[in-house]
Amino acid sequence: MLSLLASAPLTLAAESEGYAELSPGGFFAATAWIMLVLPFVAFLAIVLVGKRMKGQGSELAVGAMGVNLVWASVLFVQNMVEGIYREVNLGIGEIGTLAGHRLSFELGFVVDGLSIMMYWVVAFVGFLVFVYAVGYMQGDVRVPWFFASLSLFAGSMLVLVGAPNLIQLIIGWEGVGLASYLLIGHYWEHKENSDAAVKAFLTNKVADVGLVIGTILVGTALGSFRFSDLSEAAAAHSDTLGAVAVAGGLLLFFGAMGKSAQFPLHVWLPDAMAGPTPVSALMHAATMVTAGIYLMARTFPLYHEMATEARPWMVTIAVITLFVLGFLALVADDLKRVLAYSTVSQLGYMMAAVAAGGYTAGLFHLFTHAFFKALLFLGAGSVIHAVHSNNMSDMGGLRRDMPVTFWTFVIGSVSLAGAIPLAGFWSKDEILATLGHEGYTGFMWVAIAGAFVTAFYMTRAVALTFFGTYKGHGHPHESPRVMTGPLVALAVPSVIAGLLNIPGVSWGPIRNFTDWVGARVVPMGDYHPSAIEWDLAAYGLAAAVAGIVLGWLIFSPEAATQRARDRLEVPVLYPLLRRKYYLDDLYMHGVVNPIKGPIARGVDWVNGYVIDAVINGAGFVTAWVGNLVYGRLDQQGIDLVLNAAAGGTRGAGKRLGLVQTGKVQQYAGAFVVGALLLVVVFVIVT
Amino acid sequence: MAWFESAGLSLIVFLPAVGALALFAFPKANETAQKWTALVVTGATSLLAVVAAASFDYRAAERFQFEVTESWIPAIGANYHIGVDGISLPLLVLSAVVTFLAVVYSWDHWDEPRNVRGFLALMLLLLTGMNGTFVALDLVLFFIFFELVLLPMYFMIGIWGDSAERRIPVLGRTVTMRLYAAIKFFIFTLFGSAFMLLGFLALYFRSGDFLGENTFDIPALIALGAENAFGSGTFAFLVFGAMFLGFAVKVPMWPFHTWLPDAHTAAPTVGSVLLAAILLKLGSYAFLRISIPILPDMAREWAPFIGLLAVIGIIYGSLACLAQRDVKRLIAFSSVGHMGFVMLGIATMTDVGFNASLIGMVAHGLITGLLFFLAGSLHHRYHTREIARLGGNQKLMPWMGGILAFTAMASLGLPGLAGFWGEFMSLVGAYQPLSGLSVNQFQTYMVIGAIGTVLTAGYMLWMLQRVNLGEPNEEWSGHEFADVGTYEWLAWAPLIVAIVAIGVYPRIVFGATTDAVVNLARTAFGG
Repeated sequence: MLSLLASAPLTLAAESEGYAELSPGGFFAATAWIMLVLPFVAFLAIVLVGKRMKGQGSELAVGAMGVNLVWASVLFVQNMVEGIYREVNLGIGEIGTLAGHRLSFELGFVVDGLSIMMYWVVAFVGFLVFVYAVGYMQGDVRVPWFFASLSLFAGSMLVLVGAPNLIQLIIGWEGVGLASYLLIGHYWEHKENSDAAVKAFLTNKVADVGLVIGTILVGTALGSFRFSDLSEAAAAHSDTLGAVAVAGGLLLFFGAMGKSAQFPLHVWLPDAMAGPTPVSALMHAATMVTAGIYLMARTFPLYHEMATEARPWMVTIAVITLFVLGFLALVADDLKRVLAYSTVSQLGYMMAAVAAGGYTAGLFHLFTHAFFKALLFLGAGSVIHAVHSNNMSDMGGLRRDMPVTFWTFVIGSVSLAGAIPLAGFWSKDEILATLGHEGYTGFMWVAIAGAFVTAFYMTRAVALTFFGTYKGHGHPHESPRVMTGPLVALAVPSVIAGLLNIPGVSWGPIRNFTDWVGARVVPMGDYHPSAIEWDLAAYGLAAAVAGIVLGWLIFSPEAATQRARDRLEVPVLYPLLRRKYYLDDLYMHGVVNPIKGPIARGVDWVNGYVIDAVINGAGFVTAWVGNLVYGRLDQQGIDLVLNAAAGGTRGAGKRLGLVQTGKVQQYAGAFVVGALLLVVVFVIVT
Repeated sequence: MAWFESAGLSLIVFLPAVGALALFAFPKANETAQKWTALVVTGATSLLAVVAAASFDYRAAERFQFEVTESWIPAIGANYHIGVDGISLPLLVLSAVVTFLAVVYSWDHWDEPRNVRGFLALMLLLLTGMNGTFVALDLVLFFIFFELVLLPMYFMIGIWGDSAERRIPVLGRTVTMRLYAAIKFFIFTLFGSAFMLLGFLALYFRSGDFLGENTFDIPALIALGAENAFGSGTFAFLVFGAMFLGFAVKVPMWPFHTWLPDAHTAAPTVGSVLLAAILLKLGSYAFLRISIPILPDMAREWAPFIGLLAVIGIIYGSLACLAQRDVKRLIAFSSVGHMGFVMLGIATMTDVGFNASLIGMVAHGLITGLLFFLAGSLHHRYHTREIARLGGNQKLMPWMGGILAFTAMASLGLPGLAGFWGEFMSLVGAYQPLSGLSVNQFQTYMVIGAIGTVLTAGYMLWMLQRVNLGEPNEEWSGHEFADVGTYEWLAWAPLIVAIVAIGVYPRIVFGATTDAVVNLARTAFGG
């Protein structure tokens, strides 16, 4: 449905290349909607009967996710061999006409390279995190609600990534936001947790203003909210879309900045670590926070073909995010906060890639990051579970007590640092190549420097947590199998996932990531390197190695004197980092508190002391005049109107009397008569 | 179902009034009989409304259906003319069903002074007034029903309302809340109605110039409006203004809203529910039914002003919410903001905007109705509505807390629940208002409205945090609190289901409204 383009010469790239080659898929593609619905069924079932079940409802959540993993895996493999494209839209209501188009809301699902990749990441990481949580959450105050909320998240996330149109995307988008709010505030007895939950919700709500208005701009220009229509219109360089492309693109990007924690809207993500660690792993590292990247990828043709002027701004924001915010991981003592700032920084890498024009590069980093960052969070959770503290100052020396956790954590760290041949190396390298190729050479060097910072803070985290002597209480033990199993399962793709996208390499019938993730309604036309660029890889690798070595020199137990570390506490810079660049203070004291306090109270004051004072004053003056007239004219029945109002307001002081005598009818009658009199005057005058 | 064609709507309107009389057939002490009578009557009314919805011809949603015209007061040409179209149908069903649920909820919630018969009679009378307003197609008939709802609500607030004393700012007098609120509500609305009646009469007298004889008939006046008979001169300007005052007070629009927080806070639970769910819609409905189609040129001229008051209401209402210490007063103020979105939709003068206002009205009716039920039940248990004294409610009453959280989410416009569509579509409408209106101005309204959604989320989440989360206040230790009871479940579950259903499948509402509003926009503004 692209009637608006009918006038323009409609040569869609989609029809000549690629699109026709895509298979509609088989049974699993046709029934992919089951994945979107099943978690909601689990949610409802857990809420209703979870408490009475043996596993407190966790079995329902894990079961639903298991089924989803089967579905997603079949599609994943199928799509690696032959590209799938299927889109189903169900009208849920026509809402009227806009600029000559009938506009409809629709729900449905799309099965293509991008959504399949996301389905599988959500289902795979989700399933492992759910299993892990069965162990981690044992004995928790409200296990059923935890698994219900996790299922609500999974369902909303799948609704989001399966959305064939912007409206459904918004529904999923806010759904994951709600789940995030619920899970960050899981321990809502403590105010700091519910504060963090509210902060996450509101920061995202601010960003959603951009998403919603951007949707309106793009949707009304197209006469459709569908992504496929958006892609086709962008590929065809539609004029109507062109008129709003830059503004609409920037607004959608603003929405993405909230969910994907881009500077300066990232402030909610570190605080979100108040949630239980499995939540941090699944939502605030692997999947939910990538929704913004996903949105940029889904609407990629808009930016690639039309909103080109918006892209340098986007890249700038993303590079600030990846570099400036990565430093905050250097000074955090809370292990989860280190990982959180790392996530923010990595999201910056992904966003920089997609914004610069590297659709595949950004998505590939999203893909590999999901594994190693989920692994790192689950590893952190395993440690926290053992030492009952989030702080690295309560840890140390855990490599002997927790070997599985240690080794998998190291694998995750090295992969994140970008060491060859682990997954993170390949995906980060592709981002560097894209930045360089698209003309952002300066930013490419910043990104390489960022890789150094990444390696440095991860080495610090590993050294402080696992080396040296134990500084906490009690005797930490390795976590149970239900928790270490998922660690091992995530360590595998953290090592080998890079092999899926080595430039120019495919494995038998398994096509390269670049090829199958690009199976979309129109080809993405983005840049991806055709061969490994070894010189660039060498710089990236050198930065990573330098970071690891320097980090080890400073933070290894042998070197770890307090004085050596004190040297890092540079005046100005260190407090600046500890106060998180004062952004939180700015938002709290500059925006939130003034609105909640003086401004809100001022409005309430106006309500009572200005508007209502006029109303009350009028009432009492009328009463006074009424009394005066009553006294002078002694009930001669002329001033019915005045009396009505006067009597009515006077009654305020006279308790029930008024209500019981039924005078109100008289007053009503009086008003009608009065109004009629006025009409007569009115008619005579006109 | 030929009988339904001719008698269905009249039954929906007058059955409750007959039921109110029937209550007096039983001795006052026989409360069970009163309750069952009210239940059966409102149940039957709801059923009839559902039958009307089921046999409504949705392919002709822009036409008045189940129409009845009988001569009534020949001297002035007033007729008993009723009918429903896609605009009034959803509101009619809403009014019937919510009142039925209010009776269910009342089953074991009675405010002092206990007088089951009196209270139920007023509720039934109120239902007649509300249903009558939604089906009336004659201005005199409309006026009478519109005013009829005042009396029962006045007595509900005045007799069963909050008996706390409060000092009025500036004047410094101390008043009893229920009396002050009841009188304020009554006088305020009546003040608006006087002007509204003026407008109606002016239309009546002028219509004769075109038709040969004066008429109060709404479809006839709409037909005149389609030809722009009343023009765009001073006459039309004043008539629109007079009616605007009447309707704007009822909505209520800023700055005519100050009766609302007082009335809502003072009213007994069921009174607040019906006030929020249905009564507020009478005003916004009247804009769509009367002002816009009869005086389209004036509607266009007034639109920027209406839009301005609407967005002021959105921001002002949200900010005022942030300052409230009483949970019920907070919910009351939230209506000012939400009705702001409804009025913003109307102000765009587009079919999308009208549609936004209609689904916004339905959603607000369901959601805010449920919020007031919850506020009432919380008050019933804690004997306080002070937010600072609540807290940790989630721990004391998990289901109650859960439903409160759900409803608050719906109220802040969470996509996937009913409240989202109205807000979103108002903004869509404001992005592309009726041609001839200033696009820049309305797009500014759109941005302000969108910022309003953030503030809305802010006060709702803050309310949830203070009421539901944290540890319970120490003063409640040792108290046993009964969680959601049977009658509460029975009354609330349908609302919850409807909020989700409309959120996921808004065609439930659009199926009726879309063709009707498209037609409304086309006949009023051409194109």
